[in-house]
Amino acid sequence: MGGDDLGSALGAGRRAMVTAEKVWDALAEIPDPEIPVISLVELGVVKGVEVENGTVRVDFTPTFMGCPALEVMQRAMEAKISDLGASPEITVRLDDSWSTDDITSEGREKLRAAGFAPPTPRPAAGGIELVQLQRGFRCPYCGSTETRLENLFGPTPCRSIRYCDDCRQPFEQFKTI
Amino acid sequence: MSDRTDLLLAVADDELILGWRNSEWTGIAPFLEEDVAFSSIAQNEIGHARALYELAATELDTTADALAFDRSPSEYRCAPLVQARLIHDWAGTIARHFLYETADAIRLDALKSSDDAELAGLAAKMDREEVYHRMHAEMWAERLRDEDRFRDALEAQWPSALGVLDGDLRPRLVERVRDLGFELNGADPIEREVSDEFEPLWEEMTSVRRSAPAGAQW
Repeated sequence: MGGDDLGSALGAGRRAMVTAEKVWDALAEIPDPEIPVISLVELGVVKGVEVENGTVRVDFTPTFMGCPALEVMQRAMEAKISDLGASPEITVRLDDSWSTDDITSEGREKLRAAGFAPPTPRPAAGGIELVQLQRGFRCPYCGSTETRLENLFGPTPCRSIRYCDDCRQPFEQFKTI
Repeated sequence: MSDRTDLLLAVADDELILGWRNSEWTGIAPFLEEDVAFSSIAQNEIGHARALYELAATELDTTADALAFDRSPSEYRCAPLVQARLIHDWAGTIARHFLYETADAIRLDALKSSDDAELAGLAAKMDREEVYHRMHAEMWAERLRDEDRFRDALEAQWPSALGVLDGDLRPRLVERVRDLGFELNGADPIEREVSDEFEPLWEEMTSVRRSAPAGAQW
């Protein structure tokens, strides 16, 4: 590319168009690979977006650590940012910066509409053991709170299986973590 | 190797190898729900191992995969408790699950209060998932509490359960299992070392990676 002034000027012009807001909008179009009704932004895993000289730095935090969707998410973010004409730099944080409380209220509603009981808010004090075992989770099909835990573990690390005693349907519940 | 890297590798190796052992139940657990549970727990443990290896890899200038698969068997630091092959022994598997998760909670508590912010943050993240492993293990321990096979397995595994923890944390394990209604003490701990059962696991675990041509992309 050396000496190609025209090319670099055009490139600079294109890059100048990228704003953090546009990046957030683009990332909000990426569905969760395993629960596609909810986007990565609604899931709360994008912690920060920084745009500088045509480079977009995204601060990303895994949900469950063994989730095989993480790499798919990373690649999808890189593709979206490249489509905006910028170079992506995704930093994966290995700290405690995500809990299910970071899922937006829109995201929770979409989970419910798709047949997943959304995670309950983390209790202010004490463990989450009782939260999981108690009745009172609302069945996403019939709305009853007569539901009970069937299996702590489900088809992906983020889900438990519950059973509704009213409409007699098993359903999936997003674990509170 | 720094003390920090040594610690990271010990915990990562425990999680990787236990993840492997737990995954051996996939498809053959006594019933479907446990098939799902042990597979999911295995997936979490291997995810934790990956994150821990990544921290260690930065310090050692290598990769998480290289640490997981390219070391020779004698270089692994996992505790004998996680190395044992317990397939077809459900009571023994639940005993190990209960002992390991109880010990791991004590270790995670210590790491969470560490001055090392990176390690403390990662431990806190891991613990969000481990809560579910403990709930599962404690429900099963409750269910098998009065079964002789389960009791015998707890006694037999107790020395290697102590070996999961550093010496200063071991009294807390005695206390914790007592709080949960099990009286286990007075054994000589079995320290971290590669046992006879590790080599066949290592052979299988690393076979694909060792057979791949150099530079293979996955």
